Amino acid sequence: MEPVPSREIADMTGAVALPRKNGELVFDEAWQGRIFGMTVAMSHEASFEWREFQAQLIAEIAHAEREGEASSYYERWLHAFERLLTDKGLVDREALAERTHEFETGRRDDVF
Amino acid sequence: MSGAHGEHGHHHREPESVLSLRVRALESLLVEKKLVASEAIDRIVSAYEEDIGPHNGAKVVARAWVDPAYKQRLLTDGTAAIEELGFGGVDLQVVENKAGVHNLVVCTLCSCYPHALIGLPPVWYKSFEYRSRAVREPRVVLREFGVDLPESVEIRIWDSSAELRYLVLPERPAGTEGLSEAQLAELVSRDAMIGVALVRPPAAAAR
Repeated sequence: MEPVPSREIADMTGAVALPRKNGELVFDEAWQGRIFGMTVAMSHEASFEWREFQAQLIAEIAHAEREGEASSYYERWLHAFERLLTDKGLVDREALAERTHEFETGRRDDVF
Repeated sequence: MSGAHGEHGHHHREPESVLSLRVRALESLLVEKKLVASEAIDRIVSAYEEDIGPHNGAKVVARAWVDPAYKQRLLTDGTAAIEELGFGGVDLQVVENKAGVHNLVVCTLCSCYPHALIGLPPVWYKSFEYRSRAVREPRVVLREFGVDLPESVEIRIWDSSAELRYLVLPERPAGTEGLSEAQLAELVSRDAMIGVALVRPPAAAAR
C-alpha cells in the first residue's frame, strides 16, 4: 500500500503546489476532487510514476502561463492528465470525446 | 467539497460544466478498463482532505535550526517567515524553547490551531481537560505527556485565538550536527510544535 497522503504529492511546491486554504486542500467543485483522486490512484496502481505526471503538469502550467490562459489549476491538471494517458495509450482521444458526449446528452450517468 | 456531490446527475439544474463532464467520462473509461476503482478515488480524496500532517511545520523548524538568519525572521514575524517557505493563510507567532524556558500552546476557548503547519489537531487538544489544565497546572500536564521539566525551567503558556496562532520552535537536540535539513525535519513531531514533547536525537527517537 502506498502511504496516503504521500508526501511526494501533498508537499509539492512551486507552481504545481496543490491549492490550499488554511493548510487544507481546496476542491471548489466535485470534479476537481475526482480528477485529483483519479490521478493519485493511478500512480499507486503503477499506471505511471508520480514524477511523470508532475512533469506533465509543470509543462501544462508553463504553457498556460505563456499563453495567458485564465484556466484554473485543476483545469490545467485535467489537461496534463489527459495528455499523459493518451501519450501512454491508456485512453483514446476519440473514445474520450464520445464518452463525454454520452454524459452530456444524459445517455450515460454511471459515475459520481 | 461538501454538498457538491449531490448536484451531479441532476441535469435540470444549471448545465454541468464541460470540465465536469470530461472528468466523468474519464473516470467512466478508466473504471471500465479496470485502471482505477471509484472507491479508491473516494478513499484518496478524503485522506488528502483530512490529513496534511505536521510536515510543513517540521520544515519550518528545521530551516530555523540550520539558518540563524531565518530563525531570527521567524521569531520576529512568523507570518512572513512561513510565507517564504510557501506556507500561509495564518497569522503566526513562533515561540522559542531555550535553556530555562519551555513554551506550551493551548486554546482555552475552543481549538484554534495552526492547521496549515501541523495538520488537524489531535483529539486531546480540543478536550476541555487539556484546555483548562494546561493553564492551571502545566507542569503536571507536561509530566503526563512524558516531559519532566526541572522546577527551574519557566513554562510559558500561549493561548491561541482566531486571530493569532502559536507554534513552538523546539530546541535542536544534541548530536544532530551531521544531519541534513530534511533529516532534521523528520525528527520534529506535531507534539513538539505544540510544546507537549521535546525533540529527541535520532537514536532515542528510534526506540
